[in-house]
Amino acid sequence: MKQSITLGKVTKFMGLGFLSTFKDLFTGKLEKEDFKNFLRKVVVPIASILLFIGLWHMGSKSLYNIEAEFKIEKALNDQGPAAAEALRACIASGDSSCQPNTLPSPSQVWGSFESLLRDHALISADKAAFIEKTAALNEKRLAEGKDAITYTGRPSFVDQIFRSLKTVFAGFLLALFIAVPLGIFIGLSPTLKSSFNWFIQIFKPVSPVVWYLLVFMIVKTLLIDSSEDSSFTISFISVGLCSMWATLVNTAMGVSSVDKDYINVAKVLKLGNFQKIFKVVLPSSLPLIFTGLKITLSVAWMVLIAIELLAQSPGLGLFVWEEFQNGANDSNAKIIVAMFVIGIIGFLLDRLMLTIQNWVSFDKTDAI
Amino acid sequence: MAYLELNNIYKTYGQGGNETEVLSNINLQIAEGEFVAIVGFTGSGKTTLVNLINGLLEPTSGEVLFKGEPVQGTSHERGVIFQNYSLLPWLTVGQNVYMAVKEAFPKKYKKELNAIVAEYVEMVSLTPAINKRPKELSGGMRQRVAVARALAMKPEMIIMDEPLGALDALTRGNLQDEILNIWGKEKRTALLITNDVDEGIYMADRIIPLRPGPNATLGPEFKIDIERPRDKTEMNDNANFKETRNAIIEYLMDIGNERKSQAKEEYVLPELTPKDFVNRFK
Repeated sequence: MKQSITLGKVTKFMGLGFLSTFKDLFTGKLEKEDFKNFLRKVVVPIASILLFIGLWHMGSKSLYNIEAEFKIEKALNDQGPAAAEALRACIASGDSSCQPNTLPSPSQVWGSFESLLRDHALISADKAAFIEKTAALNEKRLAEGKDAITYTGRPSFVDQIFRSLKTVFAGFLLALFIAVPLGIFIGLSPTLKSSFNWFIQIFKPVSPVVWYLLVFMIVKTLLIDSSEDSSFTISFISVGLCSMWATLVNTAMGVSSVDKDYINVAKVLKLGNFQKIFKVVLPSSLPLIFTGLKITLSVAWMVLIAIELLAQSPGLGLFVWEEFQNGANDSNAKIIVAMFVIGIIGFLLDRLMLTIQNWVSFDKTDAI
Repeated sequence: MAYLELNNIYKTYGQGGNETEVLSNINLQIAEGEFVAIVGFTGSGKTTLVNLINGLLEPTSGEVLFKGEPVQGTSHERGVIFQNYSLLPWLTVGQNVYMAVKEAFPKKYKKELNAIVAEYVEMVSLTPAINKRPKELSGGMRQRVAVARALAMKPEMIIMDEPLGALDALTRGNLQDEILNIWGKEKRTALLITNDVDEGIYMADRIIPLRPGPNATLGPEFKIDIERPRDKTEMNDNANFKETRNAIIEYLMDIGNERKSQAKEEYVLPELTPKDFVNRFK
C-alpha cells in the first residue's frame, strides 16, 4: 500500500515539524489538547524572538546614548560650548555626518537589509543592461577568436551570498571525496588506521587560518603561470581541508564498527569483498557517515567567513571585512545583516543535510 | 561414511593464561536426510559448535568433515538460520532474500531469481510483507524471513541456531511445523540447536544433550521413535514420548546439579552484625 505524501509528513521529514502546527492553526484543525503544544511550539518561540529584539533595541539605545554623550563631552572640552551645542543639534536632527558609531538598532539593521536588496536590484539591472549592450559585440569577438567582454562591476550582497554558497559546496564536495573513501579504507584496515592515526590527530585541530596559509603556499606555486584569480580555488580547498576531519573520523569509525551479525551474514552468503563493502559495510555505516557530513557542512560554513576574508574571495566573509574597514554610517548595520544571513543559511544547510540523511539512511533519526 | 562428521573437536578462546576451553572432545556423526537436535543450557557453547560446523570458526584441534571433505570457511551447501535473525535492516524482505539467492545462483537470470524469492517468501506466508523492512515486522515474521533466506539458497544441510528461541509459544509452534514441512518435502539434512527439550523431541530424529561448558562435550544420544508426521496433542499421551522426555530432562537436571556441586569456589562472607538502631535512638 502506498502511503500518501502530505505537507505535514514532508515538513516533519525535513525536521521542520513546527510548521505543521501553523497549518493546523489556519485550517482550524487544532484540537483542545493541541493547545498546550501550540503554546510551546509557536507562541513561546515567537515571544522569545520578540523579547530578543526588545532587549537588543534597548541595549543599542543605551549604547547610542553613551556614545553620544561622550562625543558631546569631547567637543565641549576641545572646541568649547558652541561646538558642543551644534553637535547636540546635529545628532538630534539625525544627520548622517555626526551619528555616534555603535551597535545598530533592529530598525537600522532592517533598513540596511532593505537598502542592500535595493542595491542588488540596481546592480542586477545594470548587469542585465551591460549584457544586452555587449551581446552583439561579444558574438563578433567570439567569432574572431577573442575573449568575450564580461561584466566587472561590483558584486551585490546577493551575488556575494551565492559566491559563498558556491565556495562552501565546492569545499564540501572536496571533503566528501577525500574523507569518505579514505575513511572507508582506514576503517577496513587496522594497518592503515595506525599509519594514519598520527596524521589525523595532528591535523584535525589546526586552525582555518593556518590551513589557508598552507593551501596558499601550495596553490600559489602550482598556478604560477595562470593569470586567473586563484582566490576561489584557494578558499574552497582550505574550506574542504578544514572541515573534512569530522567525516573522516566518523566514516572510519562507522566502517570499523559494523555489527558482527551483518559480517557473519556476509560470510555465510559468501559475498565477495566488493559486494561486502557496498551491500553490507557501507549501508550499515551510513548513519555515522551522515552525522560526519552534517558536522563537516556546518564547520565548512563556519570557517568560510574567515577564509574568504583572508583569501580576498568576494563572498560574505569579504563583505563583512570590507564593511568593517569601510566605517561608513551604515557599515555596522550591514555587518549585523550579514551575521543573520550567515546564521540562517547555516541553519538551512543543516536541515538540508538532515533531509538527505533521512532520505538515504535506514535509521530514521529524529531531528535534534 | 557419515554426511557430517565431527572428530575430536576442541575449541579454546584466548591465549596463554586466559585460555578457556569451550568445547572439548566433541564427536558427532549425522547421516544424510537426518534431523538431529542438540539440546543444552544457555552458555554451554552451542553457538560456538554451530559456528564450527557452518565454517565461521575453526576448531583448535580436531576436524569437521562435510561429505568427507574438511570444512574450510562457509559454503552455500550449508544454510544457517541465526539465533538473532541477522536481517539487513536497510533491505526489504524481498531484497534480503534476493541477496542470498543471487549469491547462491550467480548464473541465473534476474527473472528466475525473482521467481525463487517469490516462491520462498510465499512459503513462509510473507508475500503481503515482501516490500516491508525488518523494522516493520514482528519477531516471528523476521524469523520467518531468516528461514526463507536460508532455505532459498537451497542448501543441502540446514543448520539452525536456536531459531525459535525469541518467539512466543504460538508462533513457535507454527514455525516448527513450517520447518518440518519443508524438511519433509525436500529431504534435507538438518541440525537444530535448541534449549527446549519438547521442541527437540517434536522435530528431531535424534537428540544429543550438550554438557555445559567450559569443556562442553556431547552426552549420550536419545533416539526418538515417534512416527512422522507427529501431532503435538497426540504426542503428549504417547508413552514413548513421555519416557524419552523424562529421560532427557533427568539427564540434564543431573548434569546441572553435578555442575553446581562441582563449584569449588567458596565465598568467605564478611562478619557483619546488624546495627542496633533501636537502642541508638532511645
